[in-house]
Order: sequence, then structure tokens, then C-alpha cells
Amino acid sequence: MTVDPTAGGEANRPVSGANARAVFELRNVTVAYDEVPAIERVSLRIEEGEKVVLIGPSGAGKSTLLRHLYELSGEQGALIHQDYSLIPQLSVFHNVYAGRLDQHTAWRNFRTLLRPDSRDMHTVQPIIEALDLQDKTHERVQALSGGQQQRVAVGRAVYRDGQILLGDEPVSAIDPHQAGRVLELIKGSAATVVLAMHDVQLALEHFSRVVALRDGQITFDLPAAQVDRNMLSHLYRAEG
Amino acid sequence: MLRTSLVFVAIAAVCVGLADLEIATLEPWDELRRIAVGFVTPDAGALTGASQALLNTITFAFCGLALGVTGGSLLAAVFSRSAAVRSFCACIRAVHELFWAFLFLPVVGLNPICGILAIGVPYAGVFAKVYAEILQEADRRALNGLPPRTGGLSRFFYGVLPVAYPDLRAYTSYRLECALRSSAILGFIGLPTLGFHLETAFREGLYAEAPALLYAFYLLIASLRWWVKPRLVPLYVAASFALISTEVHVSWDNIRRFLTYEILPWPMRSEGYYAGTGQIVFDAMEVGRWAWDLTLSEVVPGAWNTLILTQIALVGTGLFTLVVFPGICRHFYSRVPRALSHYGLIVLRTTPEYILAYALLQLWGPSVMPAAVAILLHNGAILGHLTGGHANTLNLRTDLPKRRIDRYLFEVLPRVYGSFLAFLFYRWEVMMRESAVLGILGIPTLGFFIDSAIAADAIDKVIFLIGVTALLNVGIDSISQLVRRRLRVRAGAVFTYD
Repeated sequence: MTVDPTAGGEANRPVSGANARAVFELRNVTVAYDEVPAIERVSLRIEEGEKVVLIGPSGAGKSTLLRHLYELSGEQGALIHQDYSLIPQLSVFHNVYAGRLDQHTAWRNFRTLLRPDSRDMHTVQPIIEALDLQDKTHERVQALSGGQQQRVAVGRAVYRDGQILLGDEPVSAIDPHQAGRVLELIKGSAATVVLAMHDVQLALEHFSRVVALRDGQITFDLPAAQVDRNMLSHLYRAEG
Repeated sequence: MLRTSLVFVAIAAVCVGLADLEIATLEPWDELRRIAVGFVTPDAGALTGASQALLNTITFAFCGLALGVTGGSLLAAVFSRSAAVRSFCACIRAVHELFWAFLFLPVVGLNPICGILAIGVPYAGVFAKVYAEILQEADRRALNGLPPRTGGLSRFFYGVLPVAYPDLRAYTSYRLECALRSSAILGFIGLPTLGFHLETAFREGLYAEAPALLYAFYLLIASLRWWVKPRLVPLYVAASFALISTEVHVSWDNIRRFLTYEILPWPMRSEGYYAGTGQIVFDAMEVGRWAWDLTLSEVVPGAWNTLILTQIALVGTGLFTLVVFPGICRHFYSRVPRALSHYGLIVLRTTPEYILAYALLQLWGPSVMPAAVAILLHNGAILGHLTGGHANTLNLRTDLPKRRIDRYLFEVLPRVYGSFLAFLFYRWEVMMRESAVLGILGIPTLGFFIDSAIAADAIDKVIFLIGVTALLNVGIDSISQLVRRRLRVRAGAVFTYD
């Protein structure tokens, strides 16, 4: 793996000062499944406006940490699920629209299901276009390729227009030439963004703050510019 | 699994010993020959007289199904939350359509409403259960993707309904086929559907007309896939309601009288009846004795015969299934024999068991035999289709044993036996319902006594006997669930097929 430690940085706002409002403030948090801890005594402070990427080998606890943050963020949060969690039988439009179901009455949602409102079309369409899915607006999601489905999942979270956007491997299935653009779209759509990514190079290119996890614990939490190759090979070393 | 199977086989063997299996008619083969001739030389002229009945069969089915779907959907919404609703649904689906027709007959009279309610009410109970199961088993991922504070209705319309819709639609369209069968056999008790003409044709020995009517029914079922599209269904339902609405007369007085007077046990009414005052008295001793007498003279023998027939039919169905399912299975036969078996099974399952039993009774006289054969042919065809379908999904190794019997016993049967048992036990209660209802044809199961009570205009007896039948059915359903759980066999919700 080649890593350019100087890449990134400019695109992101610098980490705010000490007086900025903390969006997340974790102190010694442990989350366990069936009594096996997935993250153990994790402390993490994320301030409003920060764009953070979580890296680390599989099973390190990235998804658990994201899910925990999602639960903390309440109604301001949007999550791009690792398995997309789309509604396969509905169209791209309806799946994106589903990001704001909680903001409309049940009656309005029901009507939209039968026949989309032109107001909603106007607000949803730009997102669908930004994701290069305009040809597929009225196609069922189950007929799309994996990468296209993932873009729909991104679209739904972007449309949600919350203060906090969390994403679990949100560009893993997207073509390399599109992934960068989609990442920028994600970053621009919410004040605070936290993503888990497996493509470390892409992560370092687009994010200023890197939080590395291994075995349920934070190994390092550094500005992207300070992450070097040794740290990464140590982070991703084989077991034992 | 093998031990349980053997226990059921042993029970059935004892039942066979106890049952009256005699073939009463002297020359059954001559009669059979005449029927066979009729099937190859059907008299299409019969159809001109029966075209209205054919249309009625369709309209009753659509209206009844619409009623069942509406009621069932509403009940399904609270099905998992309310034990009372679950029991209510179990009770209404435990009563066969023909018995429901008997119940509605004195209330609304012999008119389309009676037929529609007779289909719609039990179907609502079935839909409630199956819809609830389908919704419960739907993939939850779509739901997880919705915003956390989305309201209940929006969650349902976006997170659950679209995901479950294909299964709901498949099951509902299967039930349309069932509704057409139910609608057809309602003619046997006098409603103006196909069964009315079939009954006449069989009774009068018009063996060229009956097959023509049956063929028309097969064509109707086979053509469903061409003209029943989800978008057109509301149109068909509306048209069906429009077609029957001119004939409906419901008297509220009748309904009131039925509910407050006629269903009361005879001892409560007899004094007022003879005095001409319509007065009701309540003497617990007398009512108790009435119930006790009825239990001894009708309930016990009726239930006993019903259970004997059910157990014989259950094991018979199982054996028939195990014999026929390889016929449609790609691990045993090539394309052409498979297609032939497939169509054979479709014909058998499309023929309502009631009509099969009626025809066989004409041949063999009233005994348990024709009823058991009718039930096992109809149900075995359905289970053969399901079991064979399951066997077709198996990917077996390529170096299979050369002989079919070896492949059957060592490769396929062990793999499908669990789901086969699940399908079979799912249908146990259906077979019990059919066993009871075939009594109307003269076999001394519960239906026989219910039919006699109807003929004697004894509504109190009818209610009592139907209540017992329903309880027996709910009981069988619980035992079936217990057995399935103990054997750890399962079939998906869409395969309940009852």
C-alpha cells in the first residue's frame, strides 16, 4: 500500500478550537454483543463541523462505534448502512425520499408512494443528479448494480439533511473515479461527518482527522498529515 | 421423524380397522366406465345452461375474496399483539365455507350475500394469520434504513409493505384459486354457482354434462394467469359487486330473530313455541340435558368418525405424496414425463375435493372410502407439487446412484422429508375440516349431523355442532403446531397453502 502523507488537509476545515461545541463526547464507552466487547473503553470527542474518518482492520469495531454514534445523534443523524438497507422494491426516487419520512405526515408519505409530488421531485432530483443516477430515477432499486445501490443509500442520507452524517464504508462498491466526488458530496451535506472506510489512501486524501481502531480500541487519533506508513502497517498487521 | 411418522401410520391402520370401507354399489365398474366415456365425450351443450352459474362462481369468488382480504388485512395489523384476535381468527377459519353458508342461510336467505360471507369470513381468518406471518418474516433491513422517528404508518408503507408485497400478492392470488373452488362447491347446497349444475348432472347420471362443466372450471383456473392482473383486480371486484347488488335483500328482522331467538337451545324456546307466545324460559337442567343428549347422540359419533377419516386421509395423503412427487422432480425424470405429471397434479388439485368425493360416492356408495380417497387425491396433489418443487431446488452431487429407487431413498427423500412433514402437518387441520364437511354427502362425520339439523330447521343444533367442529379443528391445529415444533420442521409462511 502506498500512502502519501502530505495529501489531504486543504479540503477540510482545520479542527476547531477548544471552545467549539462537542457533538460527541465519549468517555470509556464499552459496547458488547453477547458479552463479547466490540469496542472497549473508547474515549472520543468530535466537535461540530469536523470531518472524521475511522480506519482499521475488519472486526476492529468501526461499525459498532458508528452505530453507537448514530444512536447518540438522535433525529439529527443520518447513517449510510454498510448493507445499504434500501427498499429493493421501490424506485430510486422513493428510496431517497425515505430519508425524510419523519418530516412528513403519514398521509403525505402514502400519497408520495402512489404518485410523487412535484415539490419533492424538485428537492430530490438534484441529489439524484449529483450521484449520476438521473437515468434511473424511477427504476426499482433491486434492478440496479451494487455500486448504483450504494449511491442511492448515499443519496438518502444526504437528502436527510441532518446535522450529523455517519457512513459505514459508504463508497466501498462505487467506481474509483466516482468515489472521490461522492465523498465530497457526503462531506458537504452535513456539518459533522464521520465515516468508516477501508480504502486508507482515499480516506487520507479526503479527511483531515483520522481515528484508527484495532481490537475495539483506538490506536491513534491524528491529523491525516501526521499518519505515516509505519503506523498504518502496524495498524493493519496480521494477527499474532 | 421416522418414529413420529410410524406412530401416525399405526394410528391410521387402527382407524382403517374401525372404519366402514365397504364398497356398497353392486356394479361400480359399470358406473365408472360410463363416467370415463363421459369424460372423453363431454357435452358442451351443458355450458349454455350453466353460463350464468359460471359467471356467479367468478363474482362470488371475487366479492368473497375482497371481503376476506379487507377483513384479514385489518385483523393482521393487530394479529401479533392480541391473543383475543388470534383466537378469534383461529375460530372463524376453523369453520368450513359450507358450514358458514349453513349459518348465513337462515339469516340472509339463499342469495349471493350468503355465498360471499361464507367465503369472506373464513378467508379473513386465514389471511389475518398468513399476512401477519409474511409481514413478520419480511426482511428488516429496509426498515432499519428509515429515519429513527418515522411514524408507524410511514414505516409500514415504506419499510414493510414493499418488501412483503411479492409474497402477499403470490399468496392472495393462490387464494383466488381457492375462492373459485369454494364458490363452485357452494352450489352443492343450493347457491347458483357451478356446483349446482354439477350436482344435478351427477345425480341424474348425465355423465357427459358433468365433465363439460368440470372442463370449463379447469379452463377458468388455468386462464387466471392471463386475465387476472393486480391492476385489474379492483375493476373485477367492483364489477362483481355491481353484478350481484341487484339481487340482494337483507332483512334486519330476520337477523335479529336469528341472533336472539333461533340460536337458543330448544328447551328455552319450546314452551313459548307451543303456546304461540315466543316466550323464552331458562332452565339450566333442561338445557344441560339437551346438550348432553346431543353430545351422546350426535357429537360423539360425528367427531369419532371425523377423526377416523382425518387420520386415514392424513396418512393416505402422505403416502400418495411420496409416490407422486418424484414425477415432477428433475432428479428422476426427463422433461416430458415431468410435464405430464405436473399437469396431472394440477388437475387433481384444481378439482375440489368435495366434487371428487361426490363423484366417488356415486360410484362406491356412502362409506369412508370415497371420502378418504377424495381428500388424499386433492391434498396429495398439492403436497406433491410442493415437495417436488423443494426437491427440484436441491443440488445433488453428480455421481448419483444409477437406479431411481436408490436415488429416491438415499439422496432425495432424506433431504425433503422434513419439509414434506411440515407441509403435511400444515394441512392436517385442512383435512379435518374437509372430513367434517364431507359428511353432508352422507358419511356419518360431523357434517352429516349438521346437514340433518339444517334439514330439520334446528338452528340451535347446527350452532352447537359447528362449534364442536371448530373446537376440534383448533385442537388439531394446536397438536399439529406441537408436532412440527417437536420435529423442528418448518415451511415458510407462503407455503401454508390451505
